[in-house]
Amino acid sequence: MTTSARIWREKPHRYRLEGVRCKKCGRTWVPARQVCPCGSRGLSAMVLPEEGRILTWTVVHTGHPEFSDSTPYALVVVEFGKGARLLMQLADFRREDLKIGRKVKVEFRKVQAAGESGVLCYGYKAVACSE
Amino acid sequence: MIGIIGYGAYIPRYRIKVEEIAKVWGANAENYKRGLGLTEKSVPAPDQDVITLSAEAAKNALKRAGIPANALGCLYIGSESHPYAVKPSATVVADAIGAAGHLHVASLEFACKAGSEGMYIAYSQVKAGVIQYGMAIGADTSQGAPGDALEYSASAGAAAYIMGQGPKVLATVDWTHSYATDTPDFWRREYQHYPRHGSRFTGEPAYFHHITSCAEALLKKSGMKPKDFQYAVFHQPNGKFPMAVGAKLGFAREQMVTGWLVPTLGNTYSGASPIGLTAILDVAKPGDRIFMCSFGSGAGSDGFVFTVTKAAPKVRDLAPKTRDYLDKDRIYLDYGTYAKFRKKILKNLED
Amino acid sequence: MRPVAIIGTGITKFGELWEQSLRDLFTEAALKAVEHSKAPRLDALYVGCMAPGLFNGQEHLGALAADYLGMGPIPATRVESACASGGLALLQAVIAVGSGVYDYVLAGGVEKMNDVSGGAATLALGTAADGDYELFFGATFPSLYALMATAHMARHGTTREMLTAVAVKNHFHGSKNPNAQYPFEIKPAAVADSPLVAEPLHLLDCSPITDGAAAVVVAPLDLAKKLVKKPVVVSGFGHATDTLALHHRDDMTELKAVALAARKAYGMAKLAPKDIHVAEVHDCFTIAEIMTCEALGFAKPGEGGRIALKGETRLGGRIPVNTSGGLKAKGHPVGATGVAQIVELVAQLRGEAGARQVKGAKVGLAQNMGGTGASSTVTILEVTK
Repeated sequence: MTTSARIWREKPHRYRLEGVRCKKCGRTWVPARQVCPCGSRGLSAMVLPEEGRILTWTVVHTGHPEFSDSTPYALVVVEFGKGARLLMQLADFRREDLKIGRKVKVEFRKVQAAGESGVLCYGYKAVACSE
Repeated sequence: MIGIIGYGAYIPRYRIKVEEIAKVWGANAENYKRGLGLTEKSVPAPDQDVITLSAEAAKNALKRAGIPANALGCLYIGSESHPYAVKPSATVVADAIGAAGHLHVASLEFACKAGSEGMYIAYSQVKAGVIQYGMAIGADTSQGAPGDALEYSASAGAAAYIMGQGPKVLATVDWTHSYATDTPDFWRREYQHYPRHGSRFTGEPAYFHHITSCAEALLKKSGMKPKDFQYAVFHQPNGKFPMAVGAKLGFAREQMVTGWLVPTLGNTYSGASPIGLTAILDVAKPGDRIFMCSFGSGAGSDGFVFTVTKAAPKVRDLAPKTRDYLDKDRIYLDYGTYAKFRKKILKNLED
Repeated sequence: MRPVAIIGTGITKFGELWEQSLRDLFTEAALKAVEHSKAPRLDALYVGCMAPGLFNGQEHLGALAADYLGMGPIPATRVESACASGGLALLQAVIAVGSGVYDYVLAGGVEKMNDVSGGAATLALGTAADGDYELFFGATFPSLYALMATAHMARHGTTREMLTAVAVKNHFHGSKNPNAQYPFEIKPAAVADSPLVAEPLHLLDCSPITDGAAAVVVAPLDLAKKLVKKPVVVSGFGHATDTLALHHRDDMTELKAVALAARKAYGMAKLAPKDIHVAEVHDCFTIAEIMTCEALGFAKPGEGGRIALKGETRLGGRIPVNTSGGLKAKGHPVGATGVAQIVELVAQLRGEAGARQVKGAKVGLAQNMGGTGASSTVTILEVTK
């Protein structure tokens, strides 16, 4: 799952939220793709804004073993403007942060580690914006 | 005009109080609070380390500097808790902020002084005309051994600085001075999880000797006196040492209190005096002079004299303020959760 | 395409089958189906299995299945579409026979999931989601369906009570199925009292980790009529896909692939949702049954929970759903599930379903999906007049 090459090639998406915008339908996508689901191949590079809103959420009580130090952890689907949507963890969450429509921003966090001696895998997580 | 063109801090949201730690070790919390001059400390979340704290501080610094990340000519991270023993933290951060490629990168280590030495090197490179802009970060997520006095203070945070020249400079670097000797007051050997220290030997011959030696030389070099400064910030391993060394040098409490974050932040090691400086830059007025002196065990100090320019008030609101990180949205941990977060609990490894 | 019928079915006990291996399970179900069908030979087989590499360290399952079945060196293909692998194996068999290439084809499904730890099983199942953009970030299957449940509850007013009604109903049905992993009833309060897995889903909202296999034999209708008294005709089928990642869907409260597959199946069978007498749907989680009932047209959008609460999907109700106990109570050996649904419907349409028989059932529908609904098959079966 978490070999060096595999996490390395995802850097633009996971580190910097780089993706594409479809010139035909206007939708944005992370990760970048070669064909928009609308069928168009006219895609240009774009970077997502830092802030978005929670579309839906859950709190995971039985998760993958590699997340045991942060279980229970929250997962949210975040919509950035009227564009791309991404699933990510909501880090440092409080109960009251788990609301559809809640404004969140993206932070750079450690997402996984390949065991005790393997490579560290970084990427995006959401945190609730101060209200 | 050469100096700081952007700065940013980052402090985790989690805290643990002295009482919570003292309870576990049967210690008297009041004695520790009085002895260390602090009441709580920041704790990194399980998904935070020097790399992630640095990346967030770096993004804040870039927002204030208003330059593209790929304009940076260097990126240095000073820390004693780099997540990898071998593999630079700074390359990850460079890629995370979009600066990777044509720049000079190094991970530095000098106990608690590694952050300020990065600032010195980046500043020197700009001054030498080798690069246009350079970033330096001080960050740590240090651990004290369970039950050790250090466990009450070792905390987490980061500060990032971008050095440059021209009208963007928000605080000029007017003078610098460094001082270093072989003084084994605190160390961590290869493959050891927790640091060791020389107990009271860390005081007079280490912290106080190096800071006063560096600071007195810097005052002499600059021809300035403590009263010429509006602000002063020193390395702050606990609440008492920086106030004591400042008083000894002739600084008053009012000059030091703005950058004195340790009572509720704890000791952020390489981040300590650099984060203190961010809190000062958040409020200082054009023309204000700032005196800074770091300390790293082993041992050495870096001193800086800064003058705040009229650019500072224009950019300080472009990123979160240090006091906001410190005072807002805190989540308090019990010792059990803290121990889980800091990997102090032995678990079975899955196959 | 020439008309195709199902002439025989076979299924193993579902559960924690410590003494049986992957090959044992497949062979048991396949032999039962072949014997039940009275087919003179097999021309080919398709076996649905999601992740034998991760669960059992075994790929190349087609050859293994043919080898141990001992019916000759026949063409054998493993079909994979996550939890829809079984449903898709059936469709491959139907298309192969319908095209005229083969006459007697076995469609099997198998999964042997209890050879790995719970954590490893969670990861293996997780590979049905987007590995780099869901699984990597900590998504599990319960959590992905929980995200749909949160959205469905907010949008449509679906309640805890409605989710509970699905679990209680399927355990009631499962109590009448001796092959079920959990052949017992549960009290409504037990669902919300069970541990939270991924809010709002509790343990009893989730299908279990199961070992099991199922198989059917498919033949052209004209040959089928000579072999069995009541051939069950595949009168319609559909198969569709959606975005692999849940978050890329325009509406996370809809299962578009299910609706599309259903539209094709209804069209081919010239039937409407109201014509279905009994249905087996993919209730990997209680919310999944609610959403599939909407996508299949058994309930209006947003009303899937309400029809469960009103008892319309219970035995004796307007449209009995998951009379086998569903994935919830019967168990969910992922690759076997889609075929096991067909085994149940054939029994219902032949009037052989015993205590859980839907009276007068002539038309049945099976819906099997993979991932969070990124792929779905829908199959309509009718007993010949």
